Amino acid sequence: MAESEASTVPFVERMPRHPLVWNNHSMAWISDRIAGIVENRAPRWWWISIAVTASFAAFGTFCIFYLLFTGVGVWGNNIPVAWAWDITNFVFWIGIGHAGTLISAILHLCRQKWRTSINRASEAMTLFAVICAAIFPGIHVGRVWMSWFLAPIPNPNWIWPNFRSALMWDVFAVSTYFTVSVLFWYLGLVPDLGTMRDRAKGRVSRAVYWVLSFGWRGGNRQWRHYEMAYLVLAGLSTPLVLSVHSTVSFDFATSVLPGWHTTIFPPYFVAGAIFGGFAMVLTLMLPLRSLFKLEDVFTWDHIDVMCKLVLFTGSIVGYAYSMEFFVAFYGGNPFERFAFINRYFGPYWWASWTMFTCNVIMPQLMWVRAFRRNWAIVFFVSMCANAGMWFERFVIFVISLHRDFLPSAWRMYYPTWVDVFTYIGSLGIFLTLFLLFIRFLPMVAMSEVKAVLPEADPHYHPPPAGPKESVTEVHA
Amino acid sequence: MSAAAALKKPPFAVIAEFSDAAALYAAAEKVRDAGFKFWDVHSPFPIHGMNKAMGLKKSPLGYIIFCGGSVGFLTATLLEFIPSSYLFPLIVHGKPVDFFTVPAFFVMMFELTVLFSAFTAFFGVFIMNRLPRLHHPLFDYEAFSRVTNDAFFLVIESTDPKFSEIETKELLATIGGKDVSLIYEND
Repeated sequence: MAESEASTVPFVERMPRHPLVWNNHSMAWISDRIAGIVENRAPRWWWISIAVTASFAAFGTFCIFYLLFTGVGVWGNNIPVAWAWDITNFVFWIGIGHAGTLISAILHLCRQKWRTSINRASEAMTLFAVICAAIFPGIHVGRVWMSWFLAPIPNPNWIWPNFRSALMWDVFAVSTYFTVSVLFWYLGLVPDLGTMRDRAKGRVSRAVYWVLSFGWRGGNRQWRHYEMAYLVLAGLSTPLVLSVHSTVSFDFATSVLPGWHTTIFPPYFVAGAIFGGFAMVLTLMLPLRSLFKLEDVFTWDHIDVMCKLVLFTGSIVGYAYSMEFFVAFYGGNPFERFAFINRYFGPYWWASWTMFTCNVIMPQLMWVRAFRRNWAIVFFVSMCANAGMWFERFVIFVISLHRDFLPSAWRMYYPTWVDVFTYIGSLGIFLTLFLLFIRFLPMVAMSEVKAVLPEADPHYHPPPAGPKESVTEVHA
Repeated sequence: MSAAAALKKPPFAVIAEFSDAAALYAAAEKVRDAGFKFWDVHSPFPIHGMNKAMGLKKSPLGYIIFCGGSVGFLTATLLEFIPSSYLFPLIVHGKPVDFFTVPAFFVMMFELTVLFSAFTAFFGVFIMNRLPRLHHPLFDYEAFSRVTNDAFFLVIESTDPKFSEIETKELLATIGGKDVSLIYEND
């Protein structure tokens, strides 16, 4: 009976869409809450956090200078492991940098309106992650003062870079990605900088925000071009975000090394990057939503859907790991087969199994709805993914290299303190930049969140008076 | 601004505030039907369908971006072929240096197309909007500072052929505008 009753009720009423901002907040509330983060005094935890992260960043910078003045020998790299933590860190950070543009571009094209709550912070995270990533290949070249050779500029030696090298493609892919991400991020910021300008009390802050907002007036004749530019940038960034990690994977896939030389690499790297990027967004936003009381903007529905994406991409990664292993067995190449047996059962078995557990098994917890709405479990899974994705790159690069074709050349790799602190230093640089971002710029795209409120619809009619039953109360 | 000072300055526009996006949308349709040309609606966010309500066409920015992207593609093609095939033919892995090397160039062709398009999009949106500018008469109107927060305005400029201080004000009042006021030019 219940079934027939349910079928007469329209679907929309049986499963009403949850509002994207909970508790029927007004537009002014959104401006006050988000701009207030920047306008109020910095909380004490912010000072403590930035003191810690800036110290790590400073020591990491010291390690980089120590490397530059001494030589690459201060790292644990050797022959055959000529690429180790440096490239691991590079690919790790580039991967983290994928979530932001994915959220702003692909989800925009897919009309996923929930993205508005998190796109600004994730895009900022993208930029800072790419900055961290760019450090490593830069210092890995050894003679940093020769790195201008990467640029195709005419020079007296009449030497040009090899445009058919995957490493050259990488230079262009990463620098294009960074530039386009900056432009996309800043275009989204302009209307919000207008809000900051109009709210600013001091003359100096008003002048600064005025210049930064370009004098934005919010007229529809401006929004018309703005929306077109935003749409086109989203359309351009969609293939771009998929191409960057594909190009990074070409660095390895175009080589002839067993464990690297596989056609599965581009999609596998992209899925892993999105997985790791979403995990990092969750890691950063879960504490921030509580600290800044943004629970109604970045709601449990947002966390829920992001957890589903983590589960989905984590499962793709799991499929890729298994398929690599299967192809190594089925392909009949003895070197390939050895590389994969060595990966999971050789001296670095613990790294591979950490990777597999963190990236494939742990995300499976996200099948359970109660787990997706549990602060501690979501945070734990996202931290697992962060660690697991770092280990994935370690596994691919170091394990594939350390036992190459000639057993006489086999050698273990051990990181030095410079390796470790350069990596921790890059984490410090990333978090310091992120803390500065949330202090000086609105961390949620106010104009975009306002645009997804029900009353932003020009055909919206306020519901008839009566006891308002909020869908949000069910979850709150 | 004192009344005496205001008298010296020519009027810039008439402004009216509307309560929400729906009211602004309805008002825009009426102003469009009244045949005004130089007018605009201001809102904290882009309102869906407002271009239609204002009788505006799709932004031509997309075509400009296409041109920018084509320049990027051409730049990449020349940047790769001229050095690799003519200036410094580097034979690696025994691969050709002529036209048949083109698959290896696809990545950078794509990247530069995207890069140039993105620059065109970013600068195009501001050039077409005549931005940046350091001041605008609208900012002299006290209430206008709420446009980036939660206020909705409709502005009809004095350059419009149908503009008349009294009748335009009356029109905005009859279609539901509140606090209809006259704004003067800066200087």
